[in-house]
Amino acid sequence: MDTDRIEKRIVLKATRERVWRAISDSARFGRWFGVEIDGPFVAGQEARGRIVPTEVDPDVARLQEPYLGFPWRVVVERIEPMELFSFRWHPYAVDPTRDYSSEPMTLVTFQLAEAEGGTLLTITESGFERIPIDRRAKAMESNDAGWAHQSKLIEKYLALEEQR
Amino acid sequence: MLDPDHGDSADQRSKAAPIFSALGDPVRLAIVARLSQDGPLPTVALKRCADGLSRQGVTKHLHVLEDVGLVDSDRIGRDRQWRLRTRQLAAVRDYLDWISAQWDQRLERLRAFVEDGS
Repeated sequence: MDTDRIEKRIVLKATRERVWRAISDSARFGRWFGVEIDGPFVAGQEARGRIVPTEVDPDVARLQEPYLGFPWRVVVERIEPMELFSFRWHPYAVDPTRDYSSEPMTLVTFQLAEAEGGTLLTITESGFERIPIDRRAKAMESNDAGWAHQSKLIEKYLALEEQR
Repeated sequence: MLDPDHGDSADQRSKAAPIFSALGDPVRLAIVARLSQDGPLPTVALKRCADGLSRQGVTKHLHVLEDVGLVDSDRIGRDRQWRLRTRQLAAVRDYLDWISAQWDQRLERLRAFVEDGS
């Protein structure tokens, strides 16, 4: 298995231009992602914002509630209109009292392509192997759905034990 | 999210319950986190997992974790060396699964956002 990288592919029933705007326009990005961003995305510059409830899913908005107002930061890497948008960030840096600036970041890339009936969006996040193991564990603990997650971990642990 | 009615037998659930209960304590969670980062470690090194924790106190917590199979130990002289019984790879994979699930949720929100025509 690849322990450094996640890839997601989805065909969206929308024009390429519409998808491009939804990811590269910081105000639109914020509406589905659940973040309020100050100013536009500019290649090579940091974009700052705060976590706000997503407008498109009330259940997720509820889960986000404990994190409302928490700082959200990315460093925009590349903006290639209609093709590619990428940024670096600290995956799930949710503890506002902690300074994450010296920690390694992952790279998130959104890539667009034509697809039958819409637009193919490929999202990759890479660089996880540079994130210290304990940070990965803490990131999971800090999740509001931590217990559901914990139970999944335990389920896997039990399955591993049974295989021995 | 875990679907409680999917993929786990009553037997597994009854085995999981004591593990939940063992982890439902901040000191024991801290011990597990410390062992996952730096383990195996001697008992004395785990005292720092909580302020004012005595050797006796940490031993008690370790035995609770040992009883449910989350840790085990080897005798080293007069002390014990403790290690987590979860394979590190499982934790790594689990982290990626979790990040991956976050993206699935975000993508569904993006889909709703671009496909609803507003």
